[in-house]
Amino acid sequence: MIKKCKKCIEFLADYLEGELPEDQAAEFEMHLNLCPPCREYLNSYRETIKLTRKCMCDHPEHEDDCKSPPQMPESLVQAIIKACKSKDE
Amino acid sequence: MTERRTRPRLNLCRHEDRLLRYRQMNRSYTDETVLVTGLRDGDEAAYEYLVREHGGRLLSVIRRILRNEDESADALQDTFIAAFKNIDRFEGAAKLTTWLHQIAVNAALMKLRKKRNIHERSVEDLLPQFLDDGHRADVGPTWTLTADQVAEQAELTGVVHEQIAALPDQYREVIVLRDIEQVSTDEAAQVLNITPGALKVRLHRARQALRKLLEPHMAGEKSA
Ligand SMILES: [Zn+2]
Repeated sequence: MIKKCKKCIEFLADYLEGELPEDQAAEFEMHLNLCPPCREYLNSYRETIKLTRKCMCDHPEHEDDCKSPPQMPESLVQAIIKACKSKDE
Repeated sequence: MTERRTRPRLNLCRHEDRLLRYRQMNRSYTDETVLVTGLRDGDEAAYEYLVREHGGRLLSVIRRILRNEDESADALQDTFIAAFKNIDRFEGAAKLTTWLHQIAVNAALMKLRKKRNIHERSVEDLLPQFLDDGHRADVGPTWTLTADQVAEQAELTGVVHEQIAALPDQYREVIVLRDIEQVSTDEAAQVLNITPGALKVRLHRARQALRKLLEPHMAGEKSA
């Protein structure tokens, strides 16, 4: 039986991944029902994951960008190839 | 495969030549194993293919983080230099695009850290604190903003970038792989060369630390 918040938070990632065994998941949920701070922790932990995804890169929300990526200036292409070559030697 | 080795050196000065060759190589390098073999052999044509094929997309990712053309170009260059340097460590666990993408995000964040003079935070200090009775000692404000609301505000998006950049490298890398690239636990573990168990522990700690760093900005009041 999960009585303590510390234990509850330890199980959080596995719970969200659906990797907790059924009986442990049930205990986890029971604790959440009784413990508002852990409910809020779960919510903020989940939002943290979403935030990194949404704020950081061009997918999956900005898939158009992925499908037709912007053109690189030719000068940049050449500069990069040159830089990589000189590192190689 | 042998055709690749006898291909004449690229003449980078002649535009038509370059385009023609680029089209020719397009044919073989669309096969990822051929491309990776070419990169490992130091084949310049493979390098060029990689830069042309992936550069634009990676640049757009980097721009979102750095919002400055010159710095973005620098970070993109860092990305490809790191990719070529580490190509031997690419084991095909993740897709090549995913592998490149995480290098680019990390390169951009490293540059952001330097540019904004962001100090690395100790993860230990950011983990939740508990009382002797097992309850949390550091219950913070309720998060009233949602991720969707934050993502719509450039200022707050910038805050998220900065806080991720403040994480120590090994924690930042695991967040980039798992939560941004969304590769599986096993793939991410392989990329970072650690066990899946260790990866899970590290990821959980990284998310908890980041959660704590974001908390002051998520209560819905105007950030100071
Ligand atoms: Zn609790």
